[in-house]
Amino acid sequence: MTQNADHVLDHFELFRGPEYQQMLANKKKLFENPRDPAEVERIREWAKTPEYKELNFAREALTVNPAKACQPLGAVFAAVGFEETIPFVHGSQGCVAYYRSHFSRHFKEPSSCVSSSMTEDAAVFGGLNNMIDGLANTYNMYKPKMISVSTTCMAEVIGDDLNAFIKTSKEKGSVPQDYDVPFAHTPAFVGSHITGYDNVMKGIFAHFWDGKAGTAPKLERVPNEKINFIGGFDGYTVGNIREIKRLFGLMGVEYTILADNSDVWDTPTDGEFRMYDGGTTLEEAANAVHAKATISMQEYCTEKTLPLIADHGQEVLAFNHPIGVTATDKFLMEVSRITGKPIPETIARERGRFVDAVADSSAHIHGKKFAIYGDPDLCLGLAGFLLELGAEPTHVLATNGGKGWEKKVQALFDSSPFGKNCNVYPGKDLWHMRSLLFTDPVDFLIGNTYGKYLERDTGTPLIRIGFPVFDRHHHHRYPVWGYQGGMNVLVWILDKIFDEIDKNTIVPAKSDYSFDIIR
Amino acid sequence: MSLAKTESVAEIKARNKELINEVLKVYPEKTAKRRAKHLNVHEAGKSDCGVKSNLKSIPGVMTIRGCAYAGSKGVVWGPIKDMIHISHGPVGCGQYSWAARRNYYIGTTGIDTFVTMQFTSDFQEKDIVFGGDKKLAKIMDEIQVLFPLNNGITVQSECPIGLIGDDIEAVSKQKSKEYDGKTIVPVRCEGFRGVSQSLGHHIANDAIRDWVFEKMDPNAPPKFESTPYDIAIIGDYNIGGDAWASRIILEEMGLRVIAQWSGDGSLAELEATPKAKLNVLHCYRSMNYISRHMEEKYGVPWCEYNFFGPSKIAESLRKIASYFDDKIKEGAERVIARYQPLMDAIIAKYRPRLEGKTVMLFVGGLRPRHVIGAYEDLGMEVVGTGYEFGHNDDYQRTAQHYVKDGTLIYDDVTGYEFEKFVEKIQPDLVGSGIKEKYVFQKMGVPFRQMHSWDYSGPYHGYDGFAIFARDMDMAINAPIWKMAKAPWKQTPAPALLAAE
Repeated sequence: MTQNADHVLDHFELFRGPEYQQMLANKKKLFENPRDPAEVERIREWAKTPEYKELNFAREALTVNPAKACQPLGAVFAAVGFEETIPFVHGSQGCVAYYRSHFSRHFKEPSSCVSSSMTEDAAVFGGLNNMIDGLANTYNMYKPKMISVSTTCMAEVIGDDLNAFIKTSKEKGSVPQDYDVPFAHTPAFVGSHITGYDNVMKGIFAHFWDGKAGTAPKLERVPNEKINFIGGFDGYTVGNIREIKRLFGLMGVEYTILADNSDVWDTPTDGEFRMYDGGTTLEEAANAVHAKATISMQEYCTEKTLPLIADHGQEVLAFNHPIGVTATDKFLMEVSRITGKPIPETIARERGRFVDAVADSSAHIHGKKFAIYGDPDLCLGLAGFLLELGAEPTHVLATNGGKGWEKKVQALFDSSPFGKNCNVYPGKDLWHMRSLLFTDPVDFLIGNTYGKYLERDTGTPLIRIGFPVFDRHHHHRYPVWGYQGGMNVLVWILDKIFDEIDKNTIVPAKSDYSFDIIR
Repeated sequence: MSLAKTESVAEIKARNKELINEVLKVYPEKTAKRRAKHLNVHEAGKSDCGVKSNLKSIPGVMTIRGCAYAGSKGVVWGPIKDMIHISHGPVGCGQYSWAARRNYYIGTTGIDTFVTMQFTSDFQEKDIVFGGDKKLAKIMDEIQVLFPLNNGITVQSECPIGLIGDDIEAVSKQKSKEYDGKTIVPVRCEGFRGVSQSLGHHIANDAIRDWVFEKMDPNAPPKFESTPYDIAIIGDYNIGGDAWASRIILEEMGLRVIAQWSGDGSLAELEATPKAKLNVLHCYRSMNYISRHMEEKYGVPWCEYNFFGPSKIAESLRKIASYFDDKIKEGAERVIARYQPLMDAIIAKYRPRLEGKTVMLFVGGLRPRHVIGAYEDLGMEVVGTGYEFGHNDDYQRTAQHYVKDGTLIYDDVTGYEFEKFVEKIQPDLVGSGIKEKYVFQKMGVPFRQMHSWDYSGPYHGYDGFAIFARDMDMAINAPIWKMAKAPWKQTPAPALLAAE
């Protein structure tokens, strides 16, 4: 008997006992019709070869372990950044269960979102009735200030017209005529989650600024001194947005965070469940039209939103998830230029401390090779930081990266002597990455939780930076933007490097001469 | 502390009825009328729980339910380890369900087993417009090249497939022929079909019948020698190793488990199952269909069992043994006796810490009823329960064998209802899913995920019960719950005020 009342064994210990091991061996031998172990070993080795890599990269139809999700996920991410807003996803209900689970697993927080629960009859007749009933129910039950409508692929395939449906719902009295129901078509078969984020942001500004789908006069822009700040789809939104607010506060910048989901995904445990918390107010969203400029931290999350804003007469500028000294310098100097507010000495001191930290530690990172995957902007931000640390971002891969992104990454490589032997992989997945890690190994891998499978198979140590991170807790509460954020990224990278050195030198009388106490 | 403890059954019933009326007030009239049919207070002696079930969820209410794809790919097919399951359609469904269900298995992932991988056809606009059949065929070819040791392929349809008129059956047949009769299974589990995961289970069961059983060569030589004691475990998904903790005691009583459905299962095991002498069925909801089919077609009887907590385990071992001879019956008694000291020790350790604590559940499959016995073994009481996607036969089983008089029953509960029920009833523990976990923890209510075992488990079998008891104790008695309210914000007890 393996289990023990005094010391209850968990799954990771329990099944290693001899009784279970025997049982599992018998199961395999007698009933699984297993492959010859030698054959399994042969294929396992073959899958590491350049030959396999070539076949793997010749794939045209199959995607294996992609690093991207679908548009509606980004739609929900954007919507919950507005004050007391419920994302309403028009289509099949299972999708919403998935988005809610996905966000809850990453943020360890509740994620509220509703579905119009379309089924077979809606597939035949359209989902109008689902919209009419759904809006009425959501409005009555959860008393939101705004309902942000987006779609699943089902509603898109059958061609439901959100604008018309929402109009009809209002006529039928589901919600008041002047109630805010911005919408965006977010087909899952176009782009990725960052596209969905973009579409919803654009839809919300179009709603507030351009006459609320023909029900109100368009807003007349009266330029003021404020700037708008858009974070983009970001797993570190909680820590990042708070850090940006702090920096803007230090600079005395007047700002509006557009889609501020930093509170709703970081609510306290104090006896009360807050379905809504914080967020950009609807008034702020409307008044954002008057700002003198809009800054997007992620170019590829705002490809449609920024042109809409520019059309309203604002200056717009986009960064690529700036991480590190140079990228943060650029960001702050642009903020300073636009607002006319100087960068205060406090921030210069923070910069100095960050440079100090990099100088103290860069010897451990210099010359190391990294593979990075993630969303296009995050990849650029991380690659830029690694280059300034003297490291080589050898493989940079974004499943949802396109040709424009590829060029941009290449230009970044070309800007540094450390980028000489680096390669960029747009549209590839983590099974491609697996081949790369075998045929052209690196020292470390940076990516989300799914990277742990690559770590297991290739032995490349994983530094978890990205979205989602399910299997480590609370990192989303830390910023990666600003000099303080850069410090966090530096420490995460260093911790892994030192842990690996220790792990590789821990054997007594074999390797522990290098098991140094000071590093 | 639960209010229930200080009240009589009559008072509890009145309170629960009042609570139902109260939550219904939030809905528009039409919705209130529909939701009223799903909420009830259980009356002892009734043959079911008095609620409607397996009906469409109402738009906009925040149902907890998923879809048919989740029922097929996520539940039934996904764990079959030596086959490759293609999430056919846009990228999201496969991404969100990627390795999320903790179906443990042994194998070299990516080489001879594939459970924790995400294979998708990643539909683009052109696939919607021109159809995805050619792409699907090419995907199968690429799978054959890159994953040569796969033992079969399934096509898990996402919403668009059925809407754009793709013929995945034709592609599957064609490719099966090309690859020497390789098992390739098209599954029509588009997410918009049916009202929940449940139809996906049924469709997946039918796909096994039509594309695995029906394709087997009846004259093929047996892959193993049958014994009179061969059984198959049906409806155990090996969450955190559940099926393993079950298999070990079934084998210990002298039975031989020839197949696991579907946790740590393989195609060969599916194919072997019609040769079983008995199918033992844990999750009735998701696999009763194939069990009934095997009974009709191959004459394999089936019996439901419950491996949560020592009382139900003992009852189940005896029930299973009753299908066999004295050797097995004695084996069952021997197993029960062998584990008794461990169970006694677990209960002695944890029951004093959990006695009288109340629980509210909302889960899927079998768990809204099956775990009740395990809680009772620990002296706890389930005061509310409901099914995410149950049918009336689930509520019958619940009423007849599990719940107490006055238990609050809520079918396909909405976010709003569940929150209000818990707020008013104030149970000591809520057991539900990831979407509910943080809602209740924010409220200061201890919580355990009862789908994923909150990343713990196994909870099945004797070994699992030890973990279950430990987990419930650590949830309820974690010191943190006493700190949820800031001390300077806590309302002083009235007695204290009077003393001043």
